Amino acid sequence: MHVSTVRTQRIAGKMVANEPLWFRVLLISLAWLIALILIIVPLIYVFVQAFADGFSGWWRNIFEDAETRHSVLMTLAVAPLAVLINTVCGLAAAWTLTKFRFPGRTFLMTALDLPFAVSPVVAGLMLVLLYGSRGGYFAPVLNALGIKIIFAWPGLVLATTFVTMPFIARELIPLMQALGDDEELAAVSLGASPWQIFWRVTLPNIKWGLLFGIIQCNARAIGEFGAVYVVSGRIERETYTMALRVEKLFQDYNNPGSYAVASVLTLMALSTLILKVVLERIVAASMNESTHKTGEHS
Amino acid sequence: MSISVQNLSKNFGDFAALKNVSLEVPSDSLTALLGPSGSGKTTLLRIISGLETADSGTILFKEEDVTERSARDREVGFVFQHYALFRHMTVFENVAFGMRVRNAPKPEVRDRVNELLHLVRLEGLGQRYPSELSGGQRQRVALARALAVKPRMLLLDEPFGALDAKVRQELRTWLRKLHEEMHVTTVFVTHDQEEAFEMADQVVVMSQGRIEQTGTPQAVFDNPATSFVMDFLGNVNVFHGRVQAGRVQMGPFSLQYDGYQHDEPRDATAYVRPHELDLDRSPSQSSLLGTVKQINPAGSVLKVRLAVAEFGVELNVDVTHYRAQALGLKLNDTIYVHPRSVRVFMPETDYVI
Repeated sequence: MHVSTVRTQRIAGKMVANEPLWFRVLLISLAWLIALILIIVPLIYVFVQAFADGFSGWWRNIFEDAETRHSVLMTLAVAPLAVLINTVCGLAAAWTLTKFRFPGRTFLMTALDLPFAVSPVVAGLMLVLLYGSRGGYFAPVLNALGIKIIFAWPGLVLATTFVTMPFIARELIPLMQALGDDEELAAVSLGASPWQIFWRVTLPNIKWGLLFGIIQCNARAIGEFGAVYVVSGRIERETYTMALRVEKLFQDYNNPGSYAVASVLTLMALSTLILKVVLERIVAASMNESTHKTGEHS
Repeated sequence: MSISVQNLSKNFGDFAALKNVSLEVPSDSLTALLGPSGSGKTTLLRIISGLETADSGTILFKEEDVTERSARDREVGFVFQHYALFRHMTVFENVAFGMRVRNAPKPEVRDRVNELLHLVRLEGLGQRYPSELSGGQRQRVALARALAVKPRMLLLDEPFGALDAKVRQELRTWLRKLHEEMHVTTVFVTHDQEEAFEMADQVVVMSQGRIEQTGTPQAVFDNPATSFVMDFLGNVNVFHGRVQAGRVQMGPFSLQYDGYQHDEPRDATAYVRPHELDLDRSPSQSSLLGTVKQINPAGSVLKVRLAVAEFGVELNVDVTHYRAQALGLKLNDTIYVHPRSVRVFMPETDYVI
């Protein structure tokens, strides 16, 4: 999949090269202009503002503010938990949807994309209506058990999980469809148990795709705002994640504090991006190598 | 180990892949399931292996009913059409897989894998990955992997389908030899009649979910049971005509035919194999005049394409080089052609003269 992207880009490059020079210059300038206005300048501005009081100011804003510190820890707890749940569920969903044919399969496949289509705010609201302790649909049960979901950390995990659900399954389904189930069937005929098949055959084949999915899921989970905003109830030192904290500080006219937290979020996003590019290179390289070697021998 | 398939049926939705199929595979034999695509041969093979389940019917290995047993416990070596090698494992690990999942001791695994790599002539390639091998090598890895767990039988799905002609020929001969050394009951699926006839002890011809004929290659070739088998075994000349009162009439051809003595005429189809047609410079009792359109050498014979104007058909004739030389055969010659033997199939009953 990633190799073909590279190929298309090369072809596109050639096509543009055949156009007149002025047209090429115009298009390329336009692309740079858009990138500059929408991405590069804001990105730089975040860091300029974050370090307005120098590095010590930035450090103070992140680590010496108890609220902010708590929000960082909260994000570092909520995001991995949501990613973990989505990894397990995404694997199960992809496995089910690609290895079996059953009624309602197409519906499930479509439903899997729902979290992308639904506004995060609506998702949050839906969770409040279902799990809220006052008037929520499951309130009697939850209250009786003494479980608090909405306006507490489980709500944050739930909201984040919902919003980031499609990433991993969406990455795995086309991959597993392309791989087919011949290798699994071969493993069955060789006497492997389902568990052995998963660990020894399926997982090694999908590991890169899974990793891509996890990286993307994680990036989105860290930055999630809308759904989390609704279910958090914004309780100091309890339900603030970094994204919520940025907004809160901004509302309080604490620009340096707000930008400092924003810069950390941005750094996380950038490192995710770099990790993704590096991974893509590795995968493309190993694919090229194997096709090259096949060509040599056949 | 002998295999007994009894009254097997399988439907995929509305499509009947197998219709009440029964088959006996003798122990230690090499059996070919031969048929066009969609004939149910692969489905039958997969049901024997347990990778697919039948809607109804029974499978016995020797006398033991394995119908309800999963593929995992059937101890069958299965070689997939596209080999299905584990792409992230080395050749060595591929072959070792079946033993590894059974927790076989390491030294035993090593010895067995090396023994098998020697058997399939892949010594020294153990550390390669499947993507670094040629098609023929991959095929042999798949075979070694299936054999590693000492299966009770070996099932191969289109084993040479993805290989080029020369490699295919080599592997056929090699596999036949291997089978003679190993004495393991082997069933393979193919759509190539040449492959089936060259390798197998028993040929099973299938069409549309049914078995048309089972027998030795010689028996099937010499006495095709149905018009389908006749047609499928390749490259025959087909005539549509009529039978009446002990004779078969196909346009100007008229031959004696004992299979039908009634006076009432019936439609019939007659098949003549290319090597059963004779070319001659002078006419005989039942011969046609044709024009030579094409002469192609094909191994031990010349394949001649003959246009028969009065019949409006083209005939394929196989002539030995010697005979062609004697006739002085060349393009655009007009020459007489007559059949030495004809097979006649009537819609309900099939007879051979």
